[in-house]
Amino acid sequence: MYEDIRSNKIKTGVIISIFIIVISLILYYICMAFDMGPISIIIALSISIITSWASYYNSDKIILSMSKARPATHEENQKLVNILDALVVSSGLGVTPKLYIINDAQPNAFATGRDPEHSVICVTTGLLEKLDYYELEGVVGHELAHIANYDIRLSAVVTVMVSFIVILSDFFTRTFMRGRRSSNSDDNNGNTILMLIGLVFLILAPIFGKLAQLAISRRREFLADSTSAKYTRNPDALISALEKICSDPNELKSANKSTAHMYISSPFRDKKIEKSSIWSTHPSLDERVNALRNLK
Amino acid sequence: MWIALIVVVLIVLWIIFSYNGLIRRKMKVENSWGQIDVQLQRRFDLIPNLVNCVKGYMEHEKDTLTKVTELRTSWANAGSIGEKVELDNQLSGALKTIMAVSENYPDLKANQNFSELQEELRNTENKIAYSRQFYNDSVTMYNTAIRVFPTSIIASIFHFTAEKLFVVTDEETRKNVKVDFGNN
Repeated sequence: MYEDIRSNKIKTGVIISIFIIVISLILYYICMAFDMGPISIIIALSISIITSWASYYNSDKIILSMSKARPATHEENQKLVNILDALVVSSGLGVTPKLYIINDAQPNAFATGRDPEHSVICVTTGLLEKLDYYELEGVVGHELAHIANYDIRLSAVVTVMVSFIVILSDFFTRTFMRGRRSSNSDDNNGNTILMLIGLVFLILAPIFGKLAQLAISRRREFLADSTSAKYTRNPDALISALEKICSDPNELKSANKSTAHMYISSPFRDKKIEKSSIWSTHPSLDERVNALRNLK
Repeated sequence: MWIALIVVVLIVLWIIFSYNGLIRRKMKVENSWGQIDVQLQRRFDLIPNLVNCVKGYMEHEKDTLTKVTELRTSWANAGSIGEKVELDNQLSGALKTIMAVSENYPDLKANQNFSELQEELRNTENKIAYSRQFYNDSVTMYNTAIRVFPTSIIASIFHFTAEKLFVVTDEETRKNVKVDFGNN
């Protein structure tokens, strides 16, 4: 457990550093394309450091607004509030995460934040309607487990940074295309090399993002499932919750590629992929159910 | 000479690490007992409200109500953890009886105040069960740590003694309380 927390914190640091380097190189390349000279490096570094700092401290807010979530109220979501309060006692976490609701028919949930003190658990209205008390308890337990072992910090940072890289390379691709049409190509060799490095990073950035998401997500899901069963002592309820969530036909409208890996189960409905492959963000339902059955 | 010195340093370091590890586990046990206490206190505060609320309706259950009040008083005066645990189990049972017989009083069930208290009490019982579970987990980890060799040597030198588990006499206590939620 403590080793898990430490390794999650180290991984977050590594990812932030990689992010700063990647963003600096991309920005540097863009500045060079605009012929801004030596000041480019200063602009590139300062923007990348400021954005990574801002995304570290505001990742939860950014993710909640990307997912169109609203705060849960004590009156409206009494059952959920009670479940969370009881599970906080059972987990020994000490702080109660904030609760948010997404208006969507698909039952799903995620947790985010940079540490337990600034953590958030977010569930869809579909989850509240379709699951009974114990199943809901299993799902909230799963999210609480992600919070307790700092999976949320890593996944929040990855989500925000991957979104940022995707936006930036989109922007760049357009600038690059426009720039090429009107360029007179009399740059020196140094610039060409830098442009090549920039271009390589530009192609690699989305792939890096994808791999980072895959690496953090799948193994952690099994751990969160078993920790949830430890909190509730009721793996059967979590199994039936997972079955209900996976068999639901609705699409989660506010989910996108950069947030998909945070959810308890994949928010997309792709009929082709039944078994888990190296490209899926979540382990398959069968694998998770088997792992939970083995706990008994 | 140097080898002997290194061995001594290593042993001292090992003693420090093991000792600190044991202290950390013991603190966790104490902290989780505190958690149970918080929840039990919450129930303690709820009982007078509950008794006042149902008194007027439950003419035939005077004995049960008196018993609950008595148990509450003796719980407040209980000294040892063992005594508290025992009284706590009895109190859980008595409250469960009140909840069960309240089904026979339609007027009482219609009372807004009562249904709120009932909900509150269910939650508190649920939290008591969970804090007890967390306490027992911490105690088990601590007790295992002080018995496993070679940490057991440190434990006996510094007088770390095994802690008692919170045993529930009525195995069904937690389950029965929880089943009621399914109907919501």
